[in-house]
Amino acid sequence: MIHSLFLINSSGDIFLEKHWKSVVSRSVCDYFFEAQERATEAENVPPVIPTPHHYLLSVYRHKIFFVAVIQTEVPPLFVIEFLHRVVDTFQDYFGVCSEPVIKDNVVVVYEVLEEMLDNGFPLATESNILKELIKPPTILRTVVNTITGSTNVGDQLPTGQLSVVPWRRTGVKYTNNEAYFDVIEEIDAIIDKSGSTITAEIQGVIDACVKLTGMPDLTLSFMNPRLLDDVSFHPCVRFKRWESERILSFIPPDGNFRLLSYHVSAQNLVAIPVYVKHNISFRDSSSHGRFEITVGPKQTMGKTIEGVTVTSQMPKGVLNMSLTPSQGTHTFDPVTKMLSWDVGKINPQKLPSLKGTMSLQAGASKPDENPTINLQFKIQQLAISGLKVNRLDMYGEKYKPFKGIKYMTKAGKFQVRT
Amino acid sequence: MSAAPAYSEDKGGSAGPGEPEYGHDPASGGIFSSDYKRHDDLKEMLDTNKDSLKLEAMKRIVAMIARGKNASDLFPAVVKNVACKNIEDPNQLIRASALRVLSSIRVPIIVPIMMLAIKEAASDMSPYVRKTAAHAIPKLYSLDSDQKDQLIEVIEKLLADKTTLVAGSVVMAFEEVCPERIDLIHKNYRKLCNLLIDVEEWGQVVIISMLTRYARTQFLSPTQNESLLEENAEKAFYGSEEDEAKGAGSEETAAAAAPARKPYVMDPDHRLLLRNTKPLLQSRSAAVVMAVAQLYFHLAPKAEVGVIAKALVRLLRSHSEVQYVVLQNVATMSIKRRGMFEPYLKSFYIRSTDPTQIKILKLEVLTNLANETNIPTVLREFQTYIRSMDKDFVAATIQAIGRCATNIGRVRDTCLNGLVQLLSNRDELVVAESVVVIKKLLQMQPAQHGEIIKHLAKLTDNIQVPMARASILWLIGEYCEHVPRIAPDVLRKMAKSFTAEEDIVKLQVINLAAKLYLTNSKQTKLLTQYVLSLAKYDQNYDIRDRARFTRQLIVPSEQGGALSRHAKKLFLAPKPAPVLESSFKDRDHFQLGSLSHLLNAKATGYQELPDWPEEAPDPSVRNVEVPEWTKCSNREKRKEKEKPFYSDSEGESGPTESADSDPESESESDSKSSSESGSGESSSESDNEDQDEDEEKGRGSESEQSEEDGKRKTKKKVPERKGEASSSDEGSDSSSSSSESEMTSESEEEQLEPASWSRKTPPSSKSAPATKEISLLDLEDFTPPSVQPVSPPAIVSTSLAADLEGLTLTDSTLVPSLLSPVSGVGRQELLHRVAGEGLAVDYTFSRQPFSGDPHMVSVHIHFSNSSDTPIKGLHVGTPKLPAGISIQEFPEIESLAPGESATAVMGINFCDSTQAANFQLCTQTRQFYVSIQPPVGELMAPVFMSENEFKKEQGKLMGMNEITEKLMLPDTCRSDHIVVQKVTATANLGRVPCGTSDEYRFAGRTLTGGSLVLLTLDARPAGAAQLTVNSEKMVIGTMLVKDVIQALTQ
Repeated sequence: MIHSLFLINSSGDIFLEKHWKSVVSRSVCDYFFEAQERATEAENVPPVIPTPHHYLLSVYRHKIFFVAVIQTEVPPLFVIEFLHRVVDTFQDYFGVCSEPVIKDNVVVVYEVLEEMLDNGFPLATESNILKELIKPPTILRTVVNTITGSTNVGDQLPTGQLSVVPWRRTGVKYTNNEAYFDVIEEIDAIIDKSGSTITAEIQGVIDACVKLTGMPDLTLSFMNPRLLDDVSFHPCVRFKRWESERILSFIPPDGNFRLLSYHVSAQNLVAIPVYVKHNISFRDSSSHGRFEITVGPKQTMGKTIEGVTVTSQMPKGVLNMSLTPSQGTHTFDPVTKMLSWDVGKINPQKLPSLKGTMSLQAGASKPDENPTINLQFKIQQLAISGLKVNRLDMYGEKYKPFKGIKYMTKAGKFQVRT
Repeated sequence: MSAAPAYSEDKGGSAGPGEPEYGHDPASGGIFSSDYKRHDDLKEMLDTNKDSLKLEAMKRIVAMIARGKNASDLFPAVVKNVACKNIEDPNQLIRASALRVLSSIRVPIIVPIMMLAIKEAASDMSPYVRKTAAHAIPKLYSLDSDQKDQLIEVIEKLLADKTTLVAGSVVMAFEEVCPERIDLIHKNYRKLCNLLIDVEEWGQVVIISMLTRYARTQFLSPTQNESLLEENAEKAFYGSEEDEAKGAGSEETAAAAAPARKPYVMDPDHRLLLRNTKPLLQSRSAAVVMAVAQLYFHLAPKAEVGVIAKALVRLLRSHSEVQYVVLQNVATMSIKRRGMFEPYLKSFYIRSTDPTQIKILKLEVLTNLANETNIPTVLREFQTYIRSMDKDFVAATIQAIGRCATNIGRVRDTCLNGLVQLLSNRDELVVAESVVVIKKLLQMQPAQHGEIIKHLAKLTDNIQVPMARASILWLIGEYCEHVPRIAPDVLRKMAKSFTAEEDIVKLQVINLAAKLYLTNSKQTKLLTQYVLSLAKYDQNYDIRDRARFTRQLIVPSEQGGALSRHAKKLFLAPKPAPVLESSFKDRDHFQLGSLSHLLNAKATGYQELPDWPEEAPDPSVRNVEVPEWTKCSNREKRKEKEKPFYSDSEGESGPTESADSDPESESESDSKSSSESGSGESSSESDNEDQDEDEEKGRGSESEQSEEDGKRKTKKKVPERKGEASSSDEGSDSSSSSSESEMTSESEEEQLEPASWSRKTPPSSKSAPATKEISLLDLEDFTPPSVQPVSPPAIVSTSLAADLEGLTLTDSTLVPSLLSPVSGVGRQELLHRVAGEGLAVDYTFSRQPFSGDPHMVSVHIHFSNSSDTPIKGLHVGTPKLPAGISIQEFPEIESLAPGESATAVMGINFCDSTQAANFQLCTQTRQFYVSIQPPVGELMAPVFMSENEFKKEQGKLMGMNEITEKLMLPDTCRSDHIVVQKVTATANLGRVPCGTSDEYRFAGRTLTGGSLVLLTLDARPAGAAQLTVNSEKMVIGTMLVKDVIQALTQ
């Protein structure tokens, strides 16, 4: 299956390689570099590149290319999914996944990679099992290891691998037993010039942080499960019970995990919490353009909109912008032509606005397109779809856990065309 | 290191362990002298008795090997400690690790040791070790492919493994070593399908894609009858029923209506695969979702493929690499099954932040999805895309517009106008692309578009993009008769700038000149000659060639070339319009989701997706041998045998080794699910297990069944049997049940829901043989006309009940009473033979779930003809029904010969009331008004629940909903057996186990409303008793109490 893995940074250096079968020469990456050159931007590098003897499958995350080399037919998503799992694992182990961090922890990285694949076939990819096998580095352990010369390899046998619930460690103990659930909904929308919604959908996830002793069996039920149109589960969720009773019944993994991601059915009208008024115009003759945007709340169910940022890719013809915001800060990068405005909270009494002029390239004709505006925002304590968790019950353990639930609405891919 | 130059680091360092070190026997002494010390600690660790040290040492060695370090000096130590000692280590993790290390040493000399170790590990007690053995197989195979035969043996053995841990790994080994040995899968097919949901994600992907291939070789195409369906549309005379039935069912109904053709019936195994993979669409892993999607696309009947769309659209939210792969597959699917993705059109709208490659793929999908109705919205979207900053994307959009225009005639003019407007765009690329697309569009109907050609002609002054210029020139040349004035002028201009043009333009100039010369030689003769002379001395030989060739053709020379007379035909032949097609058009011959599909080229090791076979291979190859005990017919004995089995699986909780070494345990997953499940759901969880078992039993007792079949034929002196081949009765029976598309797998289906199986438990009748009779009669309703043994429901349910009983309680005396045959109300007369002029009609409540609609009571109607003329065209005439009541008519009985009898099944939804259903029974000549009034006890179906559940539910139904009545039980009616029999005869309820001996509990649900009906009979000594009914439906409750008391006190 997966022969080798190369990690390539944005400047084109291979800073780590790992082979699960025989060694594949680095020169195979030349094909990748070629493709990278052809694609102007990093995300335009095709994820699958055929070469005469190998196939290169890559993912681009955290400014690092993870390039897997395979030799025979294998479902491409299999490899891509695995590579993403590798990145997630690194992130889980080291907090961030970046070149210096990987270089610093190269031993652990190798150990983890070795356990994740056996002869190119995924072996232990659940982070709970991996952490049992190879302990994540901490400062204390690093110090101890350098002194004693021991490694991060766990000295207990990884019994988790044999478990029927491979996602949960055995013998978990906490003094404070707590289970937190975050219901996070993202609004994906495209708003057209006139402010009408072209498409809007809500995608939600329930992220959980469960720190419970022993083997708890949790049941989470919703007030309105019918809202959930399309769901995908963490493997721990019992599908049958969802099918028959619309409740989530599961033995949770230990720690942070994504319990569920869902899509709210398209029939429901999506409330759009913000509107953007814009007036962007380029005049034909002069080398100046007018720029004015105002952001305001629309349907917010009485909550405040926070963390608003507006970004926009300006046309190439724009040389510079001189703008004054009524609140927040703004930047314009004349090289990438990226305008970003960090608005902060929206005060309905005094709507934030950004006004000013653009200076255009002299002589060039006016750009024929207007930029699209991308919006980010957050609304606390609100799930815009109206989803509500009814109750959380725990079976199998005696103690009373502390339970918490938090709702949040965010902008996903929220775009306003101008 | 210097002391051992023959075997030193420089070799290992460069070649690495990937290149096996040939020619050295690492065990031979002396060569390690210096390296020896370096790994001293590791060796020491290997030699210790401590598990953890050994494990760590081995992990480090594997890590070293992986890093390309030369670990061969550790070879003897490892082999000594690993192959000889650790492989027999009591700890399974050590054994597994040892095998992993051993198999990672890619040195040919250890092949025999490795083989031995793999074989041993394959029969290890621990599933984890067996999994490791499966992993080691491809390693050994790549090291020495001569071992293939032996390895296949091991694979075969491991394929039979019943644990989820092993399944994924062994199928992976199978795919690497012997993907062509499809015969190895037969016996394990059903097991793999059932295990699938509990296998880890990576294994699921591999298994699903292997099973896709397998299914393509073993089952018939589910779509083969679709054309047939259309032909027979008029024959489907009960079309109204079909509307109610599930979509897929209609196919089969139609097939059954045309018995002349061999009807398509989905193999139950085929259905099993589809059903068991469907939940995996909810997986978090994109790879699994994609695997299921491709399985459905390649294997499912058309009507069912739609379910994958939603899941695939969900994946579009994922990382851009995932999007890229998914969109490629969606693009291919959307060409074949456009309807599937149409509802999700908006999900493919493009955002400015998408990477270009994603944008272009989305565009492809949008274009594929465009049709008459949605084209306005699609075009409006395209309009915004054209103004994007991403020019590649704009060019692709223009092409997409062109494709929409060719596909959808209605919008051709709109598109064309839009494109013409783009010609005044400032961006040259946009203009050029538009010209190219316009050229293609104009070719379809040039006559109407003289204006556009003129407009294009003007553009030659401005446009510099060669491709666009060439396109314009070609257009003018081709349609020069539409623009007779302009064409020569264009040629004049081009002649002027000829030398400065690009090659492609020059060629078109020559073309234009030639065409004009042929149509309008007066004006253009000189120009043409000028152009040709220029071309004659061009640097490019293609152009010189073309010039020479053209000159010979068009300018008549004195030799009077035969060709020149046909020059006009050659140059101005009508040319077919180009077809603008998707580049994804023919990609679906590759298995979707595969690398080859993505690349549109065969990747190494790609396994072709076979075509459906014409004739289905023998399905019995998948039958699994049945363990001895299932054959014993004695219920008691069977139960005894099962008991230890269950207590076994209950007793072992969690990851004990014994679970898998137990030859009878079904699978780890099952034991897991039952052990982890909360108390309330134990029944629903464990039925999975039962299902497995019963299936096996069913298949196994095939012979038994056929025997019984024979018995039945003789015993039942019902002449209807004669209808076997032709009678419409047979056909209709099967078709009516098939309206629930999954009829072939009915029995398994039923067992999935505890409620529905228990509905089956009490089939009516009094004595054991009679039970058999009736149940087999029903079986016949469910059995498809062709092949496939289906387990007889009666046998299934009894043993099932016994199983469950073993699970839930210890009171063994209950079994007979729980299972005691129960009859509904006996035959009742619907039409007396005198009133019916020879036609006598009786009905019984069969207490079978009605297959079309679960809310319906199924009524068996027995017709017998005692007249001396055949009765023709028996059917139900327009019923006049009270509100809410509805009837599912039985299919028309074409003819009933004198002395014959026939049985038909009809469903009546009484809407939880005892109102009579009045309807007409029509023959060709007469109409009879008849009515069926159900006893209250028939309006419900039994429900299985535990004692606790029962108490809980009862607690909810107090007060008004509780009806209590005291009664005296007559002496004849004091034994358990009789009480239970009387109650269940009166009402279609299921017995609920109960701890105390003199209390009887029954539970059911009303068919339409699904409200619970709980019945408790508390028998006190000396015959006093108290009857309590709890039900939301008070009317039903009251009537039920009355009926039951009457039955008990009679």
